[in-house]
Amino acid sequence: MSIVIENLSYIYMKGSPFEKKALDKVNLNIDKGEFVGIIGHTGSGKSTLVQHLNGLLKPTSGSVTVNNLNVSNRNLKELRRQVGIVFQYPEHQLFEETVYKDIAFGLQKMGLSKDEIDNSIYRAINTVGLSEDILLKSPFELSGGQKRRVAIAGVIVMDPDILVLDEPAAGLDPRGRNEIYDYMKKHHFETGVTVILVSHSMDDIARLVNRVIVMDNGKIDMDGSIKDVFKNIDHLESLGLSAPQVSYLMRKLKKIIPQIDDEIYTLKDAKNEIIKFIRKD
Amino acid sequence: MLRDITLGQYYPAQSIIHKADPRIKIVITFVYMIVIFMVKTFTGYGMVAAFTLITIIISDIPLKYTLRSLKPILFILLFVAAINLFTADGTPVFEYGFIRITYEGILLAIKMSLRLVLLIVSASLLTLTTTPILLTDGLEKLMEPLKRIGLPTHEIAMMMTIALRFIPTLLEETDKIMKAQAARGADFDTGNLIQRAKSFIPVLVPLFVSAFRRADELATAMESRCYRGSEGRTRMKQLKMSIVDLKIGIAMLLFICFLIAIEYFV
Repeated sequence: MSIVIENLSYIYMKGSPFEKKALDKVNLNIDKGEFVGIIGHTGSGKSTLVQHLNGLLKPTSGSVTVNNLNVSNRNLKELRRQVGIVFQYPEHQLFEETVYKDIAFGLQKMGLSKDEIDNSIYRAINTVGLSEDILLKSPFELSGGQKRRVAIAGVIVMDPDILVLDEPAAGLDPRGRNEIYDYMKKHHFETGVTVILVSHSMDDIARLVNRVIVMDNGKIDMDGSIKDVFKNIDHLESLGLSAPQVSYLMRKLKKIIPQIDDEIYTLKDAKNEIIKFIRKD
Repeated sequence: MLRDITLGQYYPAQSIIHKADPRIKIVITFVYMIVIFMVKTFTGYGMVAAFTLITIIISDIPLKYTLRSLKPILFILLFVAAINLFTADGTPVFEYGFIRITYEGILLAIKMSLRLVLLIVSASLLTLTTTPILLTDGLEKLMEPLKRIGLPTHEIAMMMTIALRFIPTLLEETDKIMKAQAARGADFDTGNLIQRAKSFIPVLVPLFVSAFRRADELATAMESRCYRGSEGRTRMKQLKMSIVDLKIGIAMLLFICFLIAIEYFV
């Protein structure tokens, strides 16, 4: 068990009139190598939960243990190296003169040699699909999608065991979106890191993850496989969420053609199911 | 991380002080601060302190919350107290080498720190009970006569509104960037002074970039809504003095007269 969360509660601005309970007795286990998606409407506690994983926030009560490291400890160096978090709009954190220096930021704190740093940077750049000639450019002269990838490389370069992505594709065009997700999927497949993806896009979630966690009002509402979660469309809609677009189509098809399977949540499966039905005739 | 700053933070409640006209509150706070400097005797200090305490109770703000505004000036407070304690002349109470504490020094230290505490608490009471928008509206109205001599009062008030409005936004932004850099291995708490100052570069650069971006976006948004300065601009909320405001003003005036009578004529 690489992430163990027990009875975690978190209250923002405790003791002021702005006090707000963001997490309420959350229990959660995540195994090594899982690809987990977290969904929930704005303010449901997703980001708060994720920030506990590397000790950016400390539990108000309860405990969070990651790879046997307790996040309530004072020394968080090792924990922060093992858990990499890519925040929303990570390109806003770029600050160095060159892409190389910016990606090296975290590594230099670890006291590695020049060769080790170089190797890690080349690997990270490849992982996010950038070419090496970008390294000497200023991060501020890149396009939006490139900046985003540089920022993600700055986290991946630390070689974390657990990679948290908070809306990594927000604000990108469809192509940039797909590219980022494809590279992340490939990275997960090749290295076996645990990936936690927070997203509002049900289609992306359905396409990428093995397990979905639904958050509502600071609590875990559902936790299960894509099928287990998305078949409760009505319940998801009552939480202000939805199911993947294609599942609505399959539902309608089922009303006309009863023998078709409507528990389908990705475009690829839908295509196969429809072709299967046509060929059968 | 950075949420302990009370200055400029509004505390929502429904007291009569919250509802009072911002102009009267600004004038009263200003006059009250002068009064605090005029008080010299312990009776006077006691009365001012009691008056401040009563105001806090009426305003429905927890005492603990108002005292939080003292945290940033704690060092100055101790410094002022220490200087007065060790430098005043008079009858010595305690002597050791070059250190000499006098009876007058102790009294002076208590008075000076009390004065500072009262000043800060009464000033923060203004910002705690008045929304930033109302505060700058009130200031703009009060400064109106200065327009005659060519002071751009509306522009000054608008800049203040924008600055106040963006304090929480920039704090949030700072918090976000600090978290993002901490997640990449930045360390803000260890090392000597220079190392610590340097560790803030990864926060300051993105913060400036985003502040400029926001300023640019805000200017565009204001222009596209045809903002053209004060000329011919009307307000949705007009400030109006009510009978309660008058009563507050009179009560304050009476208190000040009484205080001065006691201080200087008894």
